[in-house]
Amino acid sequence: MTVRVLFLGPLSDIAPAAEMNVDGPLDWAGLLDLVSPECADQIRSERVKIACAGKVLLDKADLHAKGGDEVAVLPPVSGG
Amino acid sequence: MMRDVRLLTEPFVADQLVGPFSAANPGLGGICTFIGEVRGGGGVKALELTHYEPLTLTGMHEIADGAQSRFDLLGLLIAHRVGKFRPGEPIVCVSAAAHHRRAAIDAVDYCMDHLKSAAWFWKRELRSDGWHWIEPRSDDYANLERWR
Repeated sequence: MTVRVLFLGPLSDIAPAAEMNVDGPLDWAGLLDLVSPECADQIRSERVKIACAGKVLLDKADLHAKGGDEVAVLPPVSGG
Repeated sequence: MMRDVRLLTEPFVADQLVGPFSAANPGLGGICTFIGEVRGGGGVKALELTHYEPLTLTGMHEIADGAQSRFDLLGLLIAHRVGKFRPGEPIVCVSAAAHHRRAAIDAVDYCMDHLKSAAWFWKRELRSDGWHWIEPRSDDYANLERWR
């Protein structure tokens, strides 16, 4: 089963694709390995959040996505 | 409390939201409404707002929860659009009804500060040289801190 990984907002421009399907399970190190060093640096930034299966993780290094989960990488927002 | 929280995918007319909202809160002492629109000028031809659907509406309700617990409100309307916009089109409409003006004004201010920098929206502008993501400004974070 695959894990669907979405890169939102400006991260969609520097990730390999806005949406990737990768073999599960996927952890924090595995996520960083999917992207360029520049993109990985941005994802490590304190203001970037990770959601897994619809829940924002308190500690993104705790990512443990299993097959069928959706992982969203959420950069700083700009609504309103 | 009467609550109306909407995520819109089509253009909207704020009066058509605020009129019924006001009518649904009989006995109010005051109503405060903020409407955010795409700024004209500055070479911006279009604006696009994207979001992360599994979190967006839940996040908007959390903002409404925060306003409801903090201010003495009769009603609260939060409507935020996503998609592509032209200058002058409304993006967001927040309206709060209360017995007293301060609660209504502060609730709208609170909701807007949180929609700006604590809801799951990303904004980019189309200028003559292409699309540019709008980064949050340090002011946006400072505005959010006021409520902590």
